[in-house]
Amino acid sequence: MMIRKTILGTVLSVLIFGPVHAEIANHKVKIGVLTDMSGPYSDLAGQGSVMAAQMAIEDFGGKVNGWPVELVSADHQSKADIASAIARKWYENEEVDAIADLVTTAAARAVREVAKEKGKVDLDSGPGSLPLTNDWCSATGFHWTYDNYATAGGTATAVIKQGGTSWFFLTADYAFGHDLQAQAERVVKANGGSVLGSVRHPFPSSDFSSFLLQAQSSGAKIIGLANAGNDTINAIKQANEFGITKNGQSIAGLLVFITDVHSLGLETAKGMLLTTGFYWDFDEGTRAFAKRFGARMNGKMPTMVQAGVYSSVSHYLKAVQQANTTEGIRVADKMREIPINDFFAKNGKIRADGRMVHDMYLAEVKAPAESKGPWDYYKILRTIPGDEAFRPLSESTCPLVKK
Amino acid sequence: MIFGVPLQALLGQLLLGLINGAFYAMLSLGLALIFGLLNIINFTHGALYMAGAFAAWLVLTYLGIGYWGALLLAPLAVGLFGMLLERFLLSRLYKLDHLYGLLLTFGLALVIEGGFRQLYGVSGMPYPVPKELQGGWNLGVMYLPIYRGWVVVVSASVCLGTWLLVEKTKLGSYLRAATENRALVQAFGINVPMMVTLTFGFGVALAALAGVLAAPIYSVNPLMGSNLIIVVFAVVVIGGMGSMGGAIITSFALGLVEGLTKLLYPEAASTIIFLVMAVLLLVKPAGLFGKER
Repeated sequence: MMIRKTILGTVLSVLIFGPVHAEIANHKVKIGVLTDMSGPYSDLAGQGSVMAAQMAIEDFGGKVNGWPVELVSADHQSKADIASAIARKWYENEEVDAIADLVTTAAARAVREVAKEKGKVDLDSGPGSLPLTNDWCSATGFHWTYDNYATAGGTATAVIKQGGTSWFFLTADYAFGHDLQAQAERVVKANGGSVLGSVRHPFPSSDFSSFLLQAQSSGAKIIGLANAGNDTINAIKQANEFGITKNGQSIAGLLVFITDVHSLGLETAKGMLLTTGFYWDFDEGTRAFAKRFGARMNGKMPTMVQAGVYSSVSHYLKAVQQANTTEGIRVADKMREIPINDFFAKNGKIRADGRMVHDMYLAEVKAPAESKGPWDYYKILRTIPGDEAFRPLSESTCPLVKK
Repeated sequence: MIFGVPLQALLGQLLLGLINGAFYAMLSLGLALIFGLLNIINFTHGALYMAGAFAAWLVLTYLGIGYWGALLLAPLAVGLFGMLLERFLLSRLYKLDHLYGLLLTFGLALVIEGGFRQLYGVSGMPYPVPKELQGGWNLGVMYLPIYRGWVVVVSASVCLGTWLLVEKTKLGSYLRAATENRALVQAFGINVPMMVTLTFGFGVALAALAGVLAAPIYSVNPLMGSNLIIVVFAVVVIGGMGSMGGAIITSFALGLVEGLTKLLYPEAASTIIFLVMAVLLLVKPAGLFGKER
């Protein structure tokens, strides 16, 4: 049966695509999802990312040009050395063609090095740091869902327009936090705002009262949170507790996921502005995906990272189909060639530096009374066009960008 | 101005340090009690603190029982669980080296945390501040949420109560005697194994109580205990392993030290306690209030 299908597939693909020049060498396409399965980012990526990749493969029919598509997944525990070791094993010994998700910058960077060396594809959906499409860019590496420039920049711009001109930052003391703060500061200063100070807190922290008090006494109108996950959650919760939000100061989360809002509860999070690459209740397409995803994930709605994994994996498969090969560089070239049109991105395009440019959304968290049910959390205030949301290609420091 | 910091800000930070010290005190007290009387290095303490917070969230979500009920129910449930642990697992290790108990409890902590993580994910659950304790006072130096004040009061009274119980009552003297010479105390007709089980249950109930107190402040998530337990162990070591008074005093003192660090050099806030520990162990290996053995 298998043989007959394989032959049939080959014959069909020859009929459709003409003589086969570059074949899929090992008679299959293999995709790995490498993510945080148990640590701080396992809710916003983790198992949900694996499910998203699986759905992308199923929706593609489970086969590309007759070759079956396989999925593997592993936990990198947010550690660069583990991520790098798994990526090497996958690319070298287990015939994995592309690795997706790669939440946390440290893991993404480590895998990027290996992928570059092997000429294989990596599809970054989870990490946020800008260097992935600048100093660390690669011809076969892609940054899909968001980056710090887009989320911090989008939110800071909106906040400044509402009159939030003076800022104080609470910054997680590691590369990602510093990058996030730098991105927000850039926007604040460019728009004539001022930065009154900042404090770098250890990562992770649970008690933010001391830092919040310093932010409060700075007199800044806006307290910018250059951190993520539980740090953001605890900081917002405690800002509420210490009456900071009641006394005229506002909180701006520079990277907020819907799982953070879910954990905070609307009563605490209401009114907060944030920038996201995806919201499940945006249109018919997103709702349809979210409904199918929720049915298989205990009712959870997909985060932007998980939706991005779906989009990147299905775009990858499309490119493999059209290039009729799994050879990294040729698939990557094809990926840059075809526009991305799915529920996640409308007319998305991939630039020379590997950045997938698509619209971002400025959202406000609903008050409890406005929310009609579970996961009904955001009002989309504005669609930020991709070219405005992401850093212009002319400013990219990626060596692949011809100037 | 002191250290280039306005006095007001300094006082505010010191107060916050005391509040954090109150959490350390509740946790380190339980640890010190269990180590001092049972000689177990209880690594499940952080996991059971988390379990206490989750118990509060569970009874609120599924049974509609609010904060005040949880304050009673969570420590009871977790204490009971602790007693089962002691009776069926830990009690088999008393004749062996400390290390075995440490390994067992460390493994259990991973299992308990893993279980909660599997069931509830890692981003945590919201838990509201009870109505009666919402709002705050403006103290001039800072805005003090009523709830934080409440935490300090509860912690201080529980610590004092426990200390009195162990040091000043007859029951406490039995306990201390059993630590010195188990066989002899048993010969006087006191049920030592039962006493040990109850003590362990009480120690972990304290952790659960701290968990309930923490629920409205921190996000209730499966990793909340593992972040805290290492710091609390350092506190116990600095105070002198097994010294209850030492654990209480050191907790508040280190809360203050940490608070100052957050103000003067925040990058070091998570390391300062370990720095103090390292220096102190060089000078006084038994800790501030510990006895050389």
